[in-house]
Amino acid sequence: MGRSANLPRGLVDRFRAGADSWPDDTGCPILHVDMDAFYASVEIRERPELRNRPVVVGGTGPRGVVSSANYLAREYGVRSAMPTSRARRLCPQAVYVPPTFPLYTEASSKVMEIFREVTPLVEPLSLDEAFLDVSGALRRLRATPAQVGAQLRRSVAEQVGVTCSVGVASTKFIAKLASGMSKPDGMVVVPHAQTLEFLHPLPVGALWGVGGRTAESLDRVGMETVGDVAAAPLARLRRVVGNAAAEHLYALANGHDSRAVVPESAEKSIGAEETFDVDHHDRELLRRELLRLSERTAASLRSRGLRGRTVSIKVRFHDFTTITRSRTLPVATDVSREVFQAASKLLDESVPHGAVRLIGVRVEQLVQAAEVGEQLFLDAPERGWREADHAADSARSRFGGAAVRPASLLGQGPRRSGLTEPKPDRGK
Amino acid sequence: MKIRVERDGLADAVAWVARSLPSRPPVPVLGGVLLDAGSEEGDTGEALTVSGFDYEVSATVGVPATIAAGGKTLVSGRLLADITKALPNHPVEISVDGARVAITCGSAKFSLPTMPVEDYPQLPAMPQRAGALPGEIFSSAVSQVAVAAGKDDTLPMLTGVRVEFNGDKLTMVATDRFRLAMREFEWQPADQVETAVLVPARTLAEAAKTLGSSGTTVELSLASGDGLLGLSGTGRRTTTRLLDAEFPKYRQLLPADHASAAIIEVTSLVQAIKRVSLVAERGTQVRLEFTEAGLRLSAGGDDEGSAEEELPCEFTGEPVTIAFNPGYLLDGLQAVGTDRAHLSFTTPSRPALIKPVSEDGSVVEGYLYLLMPVRLPG
Repeated sequence: MGRSANLPRGLVDRFRAGADSWPDDTGCPILHVDMDAFYASVEIRERPELRNRPVVVGGTGPRGVVSSANYLAREYGVRSAMPTSRARRLCPQAVYVPPTFPLYTEASSKVMEIFREVTPLVEPLSLDEAFLDVSGALRRLRATPAQVGAQLRRSVAEQVGVTCSVGVASTKFIAKLASGMSKPDGMVVVPHAQTLEFLHPLPVGALWGVGGRTAESLDRVGMETVGDVAAAPLARLRRVVGNAAAEHLYALANGHDSRAVVPESAEKSIGAEETFDVDHHDRELLRRELLRLSERTAASLRSRGLRGRTVSIKVRFHDFTTITRSRTLPVATDVSREVFQAASKLLDESVPHGAVRLIGVRVEQLVQAAEVGEQLFLDAPERGWREADHAADSARSRFGGAAVRPASLLGQGPRRSGLTEPKPDRGK
Repeated sequence: MKIRVERDGLADAVAWVARSLPSRPPVPVLGGVLLDAGSEEGDTGEALTVSGFDYEVSATVGVPATIAAGGKTLVSGRLLADITKALPNHPVEISVDGARVAITCGSAKFSLPTMPVEDYPQLPAMPQRAGALPGEIFSSAVSQVAVAAGKDDTLPMLTGVRVEFNGDKLTMVATDRFRLAMREFEWQPADQVETAVLVPARTLAEAAKTLGSSGTTVELSLASGDGLLGLSGTGRRTTTRLLDAEFPKYRQLLPADHASAAIIEVTSLVQAIKRVSLVAERGTQVRLEFTEAGLRLSAGGDDEGSAEEELPCEFTGEPVTIAFNPGYLLDGLQAVGTDRAHLSFTTPSRPALIKPVSEDGSVVEGYLYLLMPVRLPG
């Protein structure tokens, strides 16, 4: 993250996206989205009176360190991981806030949810950044990658109340560099054809895997920029940094990065949750929310070819007390209706009444549907709920998430607009 | 109330009644045991009746007693069960004084608080007698059938045992949609009724265990209009609320014929299944490959490890490879109650049947365990 500071700022302007214009984004399906000063931004969202003041989130005890500082505080030299005591000397006028992690986790899962409405290929790197591969979603969204990026930035700002920066490129490595340079609250698009023009003037430290020591070694042999590394004979590079690192740096310096966006490696569970704008007591409303979340969770299982045996629900009350209750099904499922039935039963039987702030559904004990057998039912019709779900999935993938929904969710309209997806043309 | 009873009779009675009490009663009185000396409601012909009731299940048993003063009292069932079990082998005196009950046995003395009898629900009257059958037939039939009942109460109709009264034939059947167990047998009906009720499987299994010992007679009584089934035997009476749900139409699901069949020794098959399924992660399937050469069992795969084992069997018909959940398969094999079992198949995705086999190698009619296979991936 911090590396972007060393990058030549002038270079960036050529690639920076304007309000509705940006460089050619053909062949650039990889997005890196990074929240701006995430913890600090969330705190400011909660307390708008802090908006124009330096804000530092961190441990306030004697050994506390800074977790996050807004850009006003950064102007005074305050950085993440710096001892809070040092930050206080640099910027005594800042507001110092102890971290409220549940708030950040909540905001983060909202953000990731917005990403997943665009594409299932979301690879979160931490609470506040993720890679997205939007290549499969462009046709459905009728948008280009940069349009998707711009819309994501709007959605995150509107629905989560914080800003983010987006890098759009043909590979993960370049996308991540680009988002670092677009900060704060911006977007940088690196056209596929200009990848090397963008990359080569950068200092060697921009290369993923190059820290202080390696940069020093490279500098000693006269390699200061990425372009120098790309131009160097591989044998020479090997002598400087060793065999393995040389191959890796050489590939990166030439713009090669074949790493795919991998949605959460080896998932243990899949779920969805919703934080309400206002707390809700109404059980019918909560049940409808569970239905919506169950539909989404099961769709996500199906899109990944997974089934799960344990269904759990999470309920967070207004005072942040949180309970999780689960039940195990006789056989693993990816059927929306079965997930909902279990979730709804849990709500009825094990959740006390109260003002609910957040509700979530999760499916655990996952198995690969293709690898396990399917326990057959005695009276199962030839085509059941699973087949209905698959039909609905394919309709949704063509016409967007609103195309098929349970009747009880119809009256609500899009609660969170998400990306403005093209509506199916009903006239034809 | 002031009475004197034998320690063993009292301890057995209280233990039996207390086992059907809810572990966390919604109101305290439902966790109580009602002791009734000489009043008419609890008339079992014995001097003292011990009862429990939680609106779902009631249990009443009579105990011989010497009554000095009649009356009723209500005390915590768990506590009374623990106390009576621990009492020395001497006559027990129970007397109520105001809001407390004193229990004296030898030199041991207890004083317990009582709960208000007025707040205790009216015990359901025993419904009209429907018929009787030997205790061991009742208990074996219930355990053979209840094993297939569903444990998941999201589908209440599957948590019951359907009991069909059809003249002098009684049919019990249960299914959780993965398997179905059915037992049919003769009994002595009080009159020719034709009806069917759905009894909670757990309650029925519990009652069968305690009422159906050998040499006894179990009586069934039925008030299907009130949704109540009564079971009684050896001085014990229990009633249970019937499930008000539609049982699946199952008769049409039973396969009429089969393409192949095997007769196989139960114990060795059970042990082989237990061995190979050690590599079947999370209860995934075991594969059974039947040919005229015998049975080859296998489970697992490259990732989790694999296992296989071969067993002799008498096999006729088309060779078949079929997979089952090992737990469900074991339940069925252990339920047949004979040394050998008859397994029959149509196709790998159609239900298989397991039936008992007599000493002479013929299928014993009257019991079947139907099992849905697991469709193999790919």
